[in-house]
Amino acid sequence: MAQIFRRSSNSIARATLVGTFVAFFGFWGVVYAVYRSPYTTDVNVPLAQPAPFSHKHHVAGLGLDCRYCHTTVEKSSFAGMPPTETCMTCHSQVWKDAPVLAPVRESMATAQPIRWQRVNQLPDFVFFNHSIHVQKGVGCSTCHGAVDQMPITRKVHSLYMRWCLDCHEAPQKFLRPRDQIFNTEWQAPEDQLARGQALMVEYHISTNRLQQLRDCSMCHR
Amino acid sequence: MKPTPPSRTFDLADVRARLDGLRGQQYWQSLDEIAETPEFKEMLHREFPNGASEWDDGVSRRSFLKMAAASLALAGLTACTKQPVQHILPYVKEPEELVLGEPQLFATAMCRGGYATGVLAKSREGHPIKVDGNPEHPASLGGSSVWMQASILDLYDPDRAKTLLRDGEISTWADFASDFNRILREHEANQGAGLHFLTETIISPTLAAQLDAILKKFPQAKLHSFDSISRDHVREGARLAFGQFVETQHRFEKTSVILSLDSDFLYTHPLALRYAREFANARRVSSGKGEMNRLYVAESTPTITGTMADHRLALGSAEVEMLSRSLAQRFGLGTMDGTSTKSESWLNALARDLEKNRGKSIVIAGEWQPPIVHALCHWLNDKLGNVGNTVFYTEPVELRPTNQLASLRELVSDMQADAVKTLLILGGNPVYAAPADFDFATVLPKVKQSIYLGTELDETAALCAWHVPQAHYLESWGDAKSFDGTISFQQPLIEPLYGGKTPPEILDLIFPQQPVRDDYEIVRSYWETQKRWPDFEKGWRRSVHDGLIADSALAEKKMELKSDAIGEALRSHQVSVTGIEVTFRPDPSIWDGRFANNGWLQECAKPVSKLTWDNAVIISPALAQQQNLAAGDIVELELNGRKVRGPIWLQPGQAEKTVTLHLGYGRERAGRVGRGVGFNANQLRTSDALWSASDLKISKLGEKHPLVATQTHHNLQSPERQIYREGTLNDFKANPQFVKQSIESPKNAETLYDTNEYRYDGYKWAMSIDLNTCLGCNACLLACNAENNIPVVGKDQVARGREMYWIRIDTYYKGSLDNPEFSHMPVPCMHCEHAPCELVCPVEATMHDHEGLNLQVYNRCVGTRFCSNNCPYKVRRFNFLWYADYKTPSFKPMYNPDVTVRWRGVMEKCTYCIQRISRARITAEKENRRISEHEIQTACQQACPTNAIVFGDLNTPNSTVAKLKTHPLDYSMLGELNTRPRTTYLAKLRNPNPEIQSEAKG
Repeated sequence: MAQIFRRSSNSIARATLVGTFVAFFGFWGVVYAVYRSPYTTDVNVPLAQPAPFSHKHHVAGLGLDCRYCHTTVEKSSFAGMPPTETCMTCHSQVWKDAPVLAPVRESMATAQPIRWQRVNQLPDFVFFNHSIHVQKGVGCSTCHGAVDQMPITRKVHSLYMRWCLDCHEAPQKFLRPRDQIFNTEWQAPEDQLARGQALMVEYHISTNRLQQLRDCSMCHR
Repeated sequence: MKPTPPSRTFDLADVRARLDGLRGQQYWQSLDEIAETPEFKEMLHREFPNGASEWDDGVSRRSFLKMAAASLALAGLTACTKQPVQHILPYVKEPEELVLGEPQLFATAMCRGGYATGVLAKSREGHPIKVDGNPEHPASLGGSSVWMQASILDLYDPDRAKTLLRDGEISTWADFASDFNRILREHEANQGAGLHFLTETIISPTLAAQLDAILKKFPQAKLHSFDSISRDHVREGARLAFGQFVETQHRFEKTSVILSLDSDFLYTHPLALRYAREFANARRVSSGKGEMNRLYVAESTPTITGTMADHRLALGSAEVEMLSRSLAQRFGLGTMDGTSTKSESWLNALARDLEKNRGKSIVIAGEWQPPIVHALCHWLNDKLGNVGNTVFYTEPVELRPTNQLASLRELVSDMQADAVKTLLILGGNPVYAAPADFDFATVLPKVKQSIYLGTELDETAALCAWHVPQAHYLESWGDAKSFDGTISFQQPLIEPLYGGKTPPEILDLIFPQQPVRDDYEIVRSYWETQKRWPDFEKGWRRSVHDGLIADSALAEKKMELKSDAIGEALRSHQVSVTGIEVTFRPDPSIWDGRFANNGWLQECAKPVSKLTWDNAVIISPALAQQQNLAAGDIVELELNGRKVRGPIWLQPGQAEKTVTLHLGYGRERAGRVGRGVGFNANQLRTSDALWSASDLKISKLGEKHPLVATQTHHNLQSPERQIYREGTLNDFKANPQFVKQSIESPKNAETLYDTNEYRYDGYKWAMSIDLNTCLGCNACLLACNAENNIPVVGKDQVARGREMYWIRIDTYYKGSLDNPEFSHMPVPCMHCEHAPCELVCPVEATMHDHEGLNLQVYNRCVGTRFCSNNCPYKVRRFNFLWYADYKTPSFKPMYNPDVTVRWRGVMEKCTYCIQRISRARITAEKENRRISEHEIQTACQQACPTNAIVFGDLNTPNSTVAKLKTHPLDYSMLGELNTRPRTTYLAKLRNPNPEIQSEAKG
């Protein structure tokens, strides 16, 4: 009786085994890649804004402090977005006829707010507070990146929970001295871990507090 | 298949027999429980009542399978959605002092029945989200009523009147102003003859000044005022006793004995919040002093005040009058034959107690008792030396005190005689609320030029030529006095959402001046003319900031009692009652119907009956037995030829031959929530019997109406476990440890686990609830609702036991069906240190944090409901359906932005207001200090008028909560399960009169 399976069947069987293995992990690999890709996370995707506001020009070029516009970052959960009035303090004098600033002038004239697209957003069940992070030594650029180099503002981190926990589990890797919080060019020194440990003491982040930073109730309520 | 309400086919005689057989301290919650009906047993043992967990909305097996397959296929895809793009819209010009993300507080005032209560309204990003009592306001002292808490929902009610209407067509304010001016010019010729005004009780100085000016301009014009829950009898009683209207004020803090004659001074009185605080302070033994006052109550239907009584008599309204007559007789006024013998010895003991506590007692009568009873109270207080000590008199708070019924009667007869050309109605919905015999709905259309200022498109709006939407108090400038005379100010937190107007703005049109003034200018200019402050701007700003003018309460006034007149009145009129008596009372939730469209109030279980979404014909079990009636039976009530139909409700503690009907229901024109709910008891209410009448006929119709009460939901019934613990003051004095000794609690060491595994080195949050001062008033429940974005689920869902309230008030009865003792017990999450719920969650959606809070993580929860199945306290609530309203635009600004709005399929429960803890923790951390004692108040604690709820940190040795936990009366509910709850209770103490007590035992 002739054999049911030819010799080539062996190769097919091996290929199927390998193929199944590759397909399974490949599928999940693709899913993971999509999940981490800018398509899902919006990282590094510049968003169209009504007026092409450049942080690069205003911060790196003109040297404005973050808090000139984001006034409540030390006081409140919300960092604050500048009212049209703030823009017009300068732009009623400089570039007052520039076409790119038309939406700003229109907002002032019609008393209608400018409709900015939100760049960094968290789910509704996450309660983030800017003021406490700034107070405890987390600098602006730790989360928002080199905003001073962005002609159009974009997101630089996924803001996934895993990313938040990286710091909540080991803040010493990221903390900086109080006078460096708003320095957009700050780079971690080589002995950051040792300095970070010292800063944790300075900022009253005790062992107990450190454990507490991982409680669900820190962010979800 | 819809779940049917328990059939209640049990035999009442059997229930009585079972009750008599009970030994010792045995509590019960409902008649079903005693009768041990199968429905009740099932409810007790199931996590949720029958039907709560099933999907029974008529979906066929086939379509169920289709949907199951589709949802399985699509389940994975839900993760593929991207977050929608959001926008940030900053201000054009940012208001000063506003910090986005931080709350702002404004002092303002809410009026009910005209009387102001000071409130602090919380605003976030420019929209009001919460209302609480103003601690510096003498009518609030920081406490809240259910109406204050629910008023925020009224502001955002999508069914509010949104446009100005002329004969049902949309019109404008300018059109209205010009038409109104034309009308007024006509009246100028005849000095205002035919020009009538109908207002509610006037307690606003600005409004009163405007009305004075109008009368000067139009001398022939007539003012009428009417409030359906009027205080006419109080006024007439004072007139009888003193020959003039005076206001009676009480100081409950100094009392040893209180007699309430049908008065609900802890709940419905205009100064109830203050009285409740004073009353509770005089009863609190946790503060260290070993004395309590003693409360005697005689009333027809159980009220909050009645449930707090040490001795309560269930008497019909007329019997209360007889009781007060015989009490006066004991002190030497008048004669009376045929006193009711059943309360003879009770009365003797009471009289001796009052005599013993001269100058330290209060006799107070309810608004619904006839003037003679009020006069007798004045006489008794005078006789007992209370006047000047616990009772004092002031000028009337009202600015135009008048007999409102007579005033309305005059208006109606003028309307019938076609003498009313123009009628301006400022609020009050008289078409619905006026006595039935006035037939307001028929006579109102005879007035050609009728103008109505009202908040909703109600019965009155439909019959008036013009309807101007009225602004909510959080949108208005205004002023009013509180019951003690303190002048209070209203300031708006938000521009009128729908262009609403205030009464002063309408009246100001009568004095045409350019430009038209808004309410701010009107109120301000009135106070500018008052010359109250040397520096007006400074004084005005101070007062608006504080919400009141400090020390503006009315001064005490010496009054001469006319004993002869009272004696004469006693002789000239004899009290009698025949047949079945009916009494009318404002609804404990929706009052006279003005809150009918408020879902929070409709759904919150009424204080004693625990009914939701309905009113009922409340009868005593004895009457039900006689007439063979059961709960839910629809009956036809007939009173002097007027008829109304309603469902029966059996209320233990109801006076035997008295039927009580609550007003406010059966609204034909209200919003989507209030329309057609319940029956309209006003149809039986006539001007000669506003509060009670004899000879009610009841006939059974053979139909049923499903009434939904939450009394049997979340029942913890278990006789041996002593869930509710109480004793008497004498027990406590003899053995302060009696509560602790009554049942054995496990020691902390009795565990297999390492007790040091979990240590709470930072904060250790805990709560203590004083059962001795809890009134069961529901203020905590509604405060929790507003703070935590808790949805309304509707009657059908409540019937399935799916109500979402995070804190519930369990009411227990003890003793006989006819006159039981009542006990209230608020039950929030216990935040157990050994929490049974945490062990069974497969996804760790409920777990502990390092401050000992039992957390519920909504975004992790997959809705297995294992946790609620394992919770011995039954405090977890599951979102069976999409209860939260995400769609209605007007509700969006109402939600507290600090709290997640929960979606379908998620478990939720009390969090100890974790958002408030977080806020305080962040503030303290920024300043490198510990949170201090008074920085955090949970919403329920803040609202509690009697301070029965205390929250705080156990690791702060001198915190109030830490001290209360060491109090001898402190106990843990179901502590023997070793759950180590962080919420514990202070046992209740009663202070019975030994004379009455021994007699009851004998």
